Amino acid sequence: MSVANDPSAKFAEYAHPEVLVSTKWLAENKDLPGLVVVESDEDVLLYETGHIPGSVKIDWHTDLNDPVTRDYVDGKAFAELMSRSGITRDTTVVIYGDKSNWWASYALWVFKLFGHPDVRLLDGGRDSWIAEGREITRDQTEVIASEYPVVAREDSKIRAFRDDVLKHFGHPLIDVRSAVEYSGERTHMPDYPDEGALRGGHIPTAKSVPWARAAGANGVFKTRAELAAIYFDEIGLKEGDDVIAYCRIGERSSHTWFVLNYLLGLPGVRNYDGSWTEWGSLVGVPIVKGSEPGLLPVR
Amino acid sequence: MSSTKESIDSLVADFNSLEVRDRLLLLLEFSDNLPELPARYAEHPDLLERVEECQSPVYLFVEVDAEKRAQLFFSAPAEAPTTRGFAGVLHEALNGHLVEDVLAVDEDFPNLLGLTVAVSPLRLAGMRAILRRIKRQISEKTA
Repeated sequence: MSVANDPSAKFAEYAHPEVLVSTKWLAENKDLPGLVVVESDEDVLLYETGHIPGSVKIDWHTDLNDPVTRDYVDGKAFAELMSRSGITRDTTVVIYGDKSNWWASYALWVFKLFGHPDVRLLDGGRDSWIAEGREITRDQTEVIASEYPVVAREDSKIRAFRDDVLKHFGHPLIDVRSAVEYSGERTHMPDYPDEGALRGGHIPTAKSVPWARAAGANGVFKTRAELAAIYFDEIGLKEGDDVIAYCRIGERSSHTWFVLNYLLGLPGVRNYDGSWTEWGSLVGVPIVKGSEPGLLPVR
Repeated sequence: MSSTKESIDSLVADFNSLEVRDRLLLLLEFSDNLPELPARYAEHPDLLERVEECQSPVYLFVEVDAEKRAQLFFSAPAEAPTTRGFAGVLHEALNGHLVEDVLAVDEDFPNLLGLTVAVSPLRLAGMRAILRRIKRQISEKTA
């Protein structure tokens, strides 16, 4: 059974209005059969401090990342995660999270690696829901385990690996980290732990658009016109461009991937999840320091 | 007051006696119950040391009192309950203990709580960093 879309006028402007729901829509529809609400945050305990009634938690470290290899879980582990979350292949999944849906976007991107058909984000995420005084609870959600098929992860469409980036030169790259990470002054976010990169700077020709520029007050996505002004007019992306976005480990760039792919409708956008923690430690790859994108590397 | 070793062993036993999910809820209790900063620090955040290794901001200050006991003070936002929980566990384990006993605590103690699976090794690294910084402050203040 499919769940109707949120008909909000703001969303109708986007290339894919069906991937967003408003807090008001979710408050009215969250108990519909066939809909599961998922919270995904940076902090593994934030859900336990209070969550949308009936929602389940999916954690980026413990649920989505493989515990051994630096990679995402495989089809079998994803199916098990879906099953214990009460999600079937037909379920409409609405994901929300903290920090302007930063980690929620990351979770949505992983759902899409497995081709889950109907995944949406709650516009404004956890902060908007709470700011509006909507109900949260510490009650444990009772989940009835579901059947979910084992689907092979499809990495070729929306995920880029380091060799893809090397072959991508000449096409647009977007670096969504902070200005000091881009310039190479720091290898990690201000106020965050250093997850390790041996060199600072950015991938040659990458343009700097810190991810949070796509979010407005209370973490809601900016309007299509506002987003087009940033990514098309200012940065020069064009319809039909193949774009690779990256950050430090691929989480912030999932947010930008979501914006470019679903809100502005660029079909060829990939997220390089190896990102700076890989590129900044790779032997022999080109790096540019400073605030300018720099020149194409000479082969 | 129990010895530092007893205090730590008892926390390790408490966490490990629970299912993984309930270990998280116990960590949440420590987060909820982390003592507020006394006014002398709340009004002077510049006195506190930032723990850079933690995913979310946490600040700490250690006082060594006349009896050579460590008094621990932490500040971490409510939106960072895991980090607050780490601080709360360390406060429960070590606050008011003799500095020589705190300095002798095994740096691996955070790994013994059975939280690696529930929280992830990367996040637990933040708790070890808090412990290291507590020890360093004590070393500086007792030198």
